Amino acid sequence: MCLSVPMRVTEIDGDQGRADIGGVSRNVDLRFLEDVGIGDYIIVHAGFALQKLDPREAEETLALFREMLEIDETSR
Amino acid sequence: MKHLDEYRDAGLCRRLSAEIDRVAGGREITLMEVCGTHTMAVFRYGLKDLLPENINLLSGPGCPVCVTPNEYLDRAVAYCRQEETWVVTFGDMLRVPGSRSSLIRERGAGGRVRLVYSPADALELARQMPGQQVVFLGIGFETTSPLAAAVLADARRDKVRNFFVLAGNKVLPPALRALVDDRQLGLQGLICPGHVSAVTGADIYRFLARDHGIACVISGFEPADILQSILMLVSQIVEERPRVENQYRRVVPDEGNPRARELLEEVFQPRESSWRGLGTIPDSGLTIRQAYREHDAESALPVKIAPPVEPSGCICGLILRGRRRPVDCALFAGACTPEHPVGACMVSSEGTCAAQYRYRRHETI
Repeated sequence: MCLSVPMRVTEIDGDQGRADIGGVSRNVDLRFLEDVGIGDYIIVHAGFALQKLDPREAEETLALFREMLEIDETSR
Repeated sequence: MKHLDEYRDAGLCRRLSAEIDRVAGGREITLMEVCGTHTMAVFRYGLKDLLPENINLLSGPGCPVCVTPNEYLDRAVAYCRQEETWVVTFGDMLRVPGSRSSLIRERGAGGRVRLVYSPADALELARQMPGQQVVFLGIGFETTSPLAAAVLADARRDKVRNFFVLAGNKVLPPALRALVDDRQLGLQGLICPGHVSAVTGADIYRFLARDHGIACVISGFEPADILQSILMLVSQIVEERPRVENQYRRVVPDEGNPRARELLEEVFQPRESSWRGLGTIPDSGLTIRQAYREHDAESALPVKIAPPVEPSGCICGLILRGRRRPVDCALFAGACTPEHPVGACMVSSEGTCAAQYRYRRHETI
């Protein structure tokens, strides 16, 4: 039930907006976010944005994953 | 979404699993996830098969639909039988059997039941049908409840007097306390629900680490996220340093979402609540505050219901506590299937029984 999906913001009008994922566009209520801009990735749950996705943190997680794979390859 | 493949990379998952095995060093370790979306991912990607045998991963009461007691469903059924009253809900609730009927059965028999994607759609229905009473089923944890709070605030502001919420909303920490107090489970670590945490932040888990010595990691939902979280938990347990860590930093800031919490507290207040499987737990549910009472279905739309009845032979309660597995139930995959569910864990796609049936029916893992 807590399923939430990352979507990209395409329109903002006050605390309402639109966002899309894979070509599907939906109305999104943005009232829970402090500042959000066009092009930001947001986490949407049942029509409401709960958080902005932090691209720097996402990159750090991926970097950690890549590092893990490299250790594996060099230790073989 | 960019990089999704990387979070699902099979080589990376094998590597994480080998590292979990190495760090655990053969120790018996019991972990639990308490989020229906994690339950689904664990079964869908076969993560239990990737873990060494000494890591015991349990599924807990993480599906709000599954822990909703029959009495609540019976009330929803009673509403949809009333003249000029519509029951509006998320799709997961439609097929859950109550004591004597379900909403899908009622709809087939002419009951007024509508499905929505968002609570905002439920309020919109009420605006479009001013002569009808619209009752939205308020089910969900901290992730979903702020949304119900938002539409209640809008309904009050715009004087949408025919809009009501039947509050069955629940909060996680008191239920987590009940689980860690259950010594029979011997729980050592918790995979904390990422999207509940997106609202609550990390602080709600601190008492688990501090007072109960439980390792806690807030986790994302991709296979590599979950395996990395398990690795972090195993490391905490081996080092004997239980604390709250956050693997899902790309979505969950430590402080969560203060705006969502503020609105939640403005509209709802804690109350005792009954959980399927866990029983009645103080302060584990939410009720609508006095200022919003005219939209509270419970007080504004009184209805008589017969005493609730539980199905015989169903062990959903024990499964929700992590005490039994779906394959331990005599009804599993025989009398109880997703097409003809007996218990709630088989109905909701996020239920442990439904996830096991869909992805791993023939295994006795």
